[in-house]
Amino acid sequence: MDLMEYQAKELFAKHGVATTLGVVVETAEAAKAAAEQLGGVTVVKAQVKAGGRGKAGGVKLAKTPDEAFEHATNILNLTIKDLPVNRVLITPATPPQEEYYFSFLLDRANRQYLCIASVEGGVEIEEVAKTNPDAVKKIAIDPGKGVDAAKAREIATEAAFPEAVFEQAVEMIEKLYTVFVEEDATLVEVNPLARLEGDKLEALDGKVSLDENASEVRHPDHEQFEIRDEANPLEAKAKEFGLNYVKLDGSVGICGNGAGLVMSTLDVVAYAGENHGGVKPANFLDIGGGANAQVMANSLDVILNDPQVKSVFVNVFGGITACDEVANGIKGALEILGDKATKPLVVRLDGNNVEQGRAILNEMNHPLVTQVDTMDGAADKAAELANA
Amino acid sequence: MSIYLNKDSKIIVQGMTGGMGSKHTALMLDAGAAIVGGVNARKAGTTAEIAGQELPVFGSVAEAMKETGANVSVLFVPPAFTKDACIEAIDAEIPLMVVITEGVPVQDTAEVWSYLQGKNTRMIGPNCPGIISPEESLAGITPHTIAGKGPIGLVSKSGTLTYQMMYELRDFGFTTAIGIGGDPIIGTTHIDALQAFEDDPETKAIVMIGEIGGDAEERAAAYIKDNITKPVVGYVAGFTAPEGKTMGHAGAIVSGSSGTAQAKKEALEAVGVKVGKTPSETAALMREIMQGL
Repeated sequence: MDLMEYQAKELFAKHGVATTLGVVVETAEAAKAAAEQLGGVTVVKAQVKAGGRGKAGGVKLAKTPDEAFEHATNILNLTIKDLPVNRVLITPATPPQEEYYFSFLLDRANRQYLCIASVEGGVEIEEVAKTNPDAVKKIAIDPGKGVDAAKAREIATEAAFPEAVFEQAVEMIEKLYTVFVEEDATLVEVNPLARLEGDKLEALDGKVSLDENASEVRHPDHEQFEIRDEANPLEAKAKEFGLNYVKLDGSVGICGNGAGLVMSTLDVVAYAGENHGGVKPANFLDIGGGANAQVMANSLDVILNDPQVKSVFVNVFGGITACDEVANGIKGALEILGDKATKPLVVRLDGNNVEQGRAILNEMNHPLVTQVDTMDGAADKAAELANA
Repeated sequence: MSIYLNKDSKIIVQGMTGGMGSKHTALMLDAGAAIVGGVNARKAGTTAEIAGQELPVFGSVAEAMKETGANVSVLFVPPAFTKDACIEAIDAEIPLMVVITEGVPVQDTAEVWSYLQGKNTRMIGPNCPGIISPEESLAGITPHTIAGKGPIGLVSKSGTLTYQMMYELRDFGFTTAIGIGGDPIIGTTHIDALQAFEDDPETKAIVMIGEIGGDAEERAAAYIKDNITKPVVGYVAGFTAPEGKTMGHAGAIVSGSSGTAQAKKEALEAVGVKVGKTPSETAALMREIMQGL
């Protein structure tokens, strides 16, 4: 789960990382009030889970509360990388003397953690990485050893933080690592890490991604970071059902068992769609190992609530789950849904007890259900129906 | 022959008395696997009856190994306790540890991987279906009824795509099919399995299944170029996955321009691996290769 800036800063503050929280607001009036309360020059910052906010006009300096009102009005009307801006963060303007870059992240390829630091960079870090890669230091972290005071000192030395802020950098590195491990993050990024007037080091912006597996297992408090009004309503509904659903833009609704098979199903439908007016998959939905009637009904309920959906492809390979159980699940789901089931369903069953499964569906002889024996053939049929 | 797991493998199950553990222990026994016991500190000294067999429950992996000569452990331990269970198995120097559990915090896996360095344990998973050497043994949840023994080796990030591919190629059969898991950090990689299949005289050709996220497929492609002489057919899932969305598996995510299915396919094709557009087409490519051998 990716956090917004203000949420990342809340985690920073929780672990003693120097930052300024500011005030999060949802209206221009509240932005003005916040600017009045903070006093002086403020910054109005769009809160969206996307990079490039500055370039999109989502970060503005406000000299007065009225200017904060004006900027907030404009920013709350923006859409940045397809994401509507519903919140702005008002912080005191603290012009940096110097800007640095710092992050801890999960290094998948090397199966360890990585620290990336640069004292020549800040927000332009990607440019620095291209033009002067030696200025971007990468330091491997052994997950078994972590970052103690000595390691933090080693990192600060390698990154060459200036003497005036060196000790603060060491302390902040240790604390940022605490954020990384204690919150089970896969990314903790401070950009810019700013040297303010009086040689004070502060996290001016923050980006944190949390490991959802860990949140599930040991961080019930992470639920507070889910912003319901930002989620797609269908995704939110699926989540309530405990289903793994991702909304896409096409018209062929899809559900199947197993993440790999469902991903593959989306691809196969997209290929088939090339011959049927370019129709595309409408969603990803993994029904998981079991396939009882209720799970199947919930899945179809979510898929059919997507107004873009014209046909549905149910693609199941019976491994542990037997096809007759799946067929009974589909049958039961159609009974549960009743009149709510309105779109044609193409079903492909294969694997364990396939004959029994197909027989159940044949016997049911439901007007909406078409059976096709192969995955490629069924994808073609579903695409054809979506294009009809 | 097979890789990593064969008819002589003696298997213990960590988490055998739980719901998933007992269900799949029964299925493993049904597949002919030599399950010699389970581990549960709270039930040490008791037995559990699974599929008509009385299986001893030991207090620790070390004790189970000492008493039974077990050399494989399969873990059906809940995610919160998986790290400790892995460390216990590594400390006992179990040669093969198969972690089925889905939902393990990735930092726990990172710590386990760090701990395992220089030790004598191979880890498969987590978040995987495990490993099957048909007609010999099963350490995991892959249905043993899909396909029998044969000359193809299969390595895959995905469970259901493993089953699908085994089914499509069931007339040939498999030396071993290994599901390495869909998490961002896993133990055994595509590269490890490719080399093991290369070294196995009975494996004649290899199917490699990947999916979006990370760069394991790209690195496997580079490895194939220099080290693998047997024919390899590939499949990659997730061409239609949007950027920044996790597609079911914790590791299946396209980040910016990295981890895309297209890049993986191109990397594999660049080293001569034939990549199918669909699972069926991939199976057809393998069929052609097998008929030409």
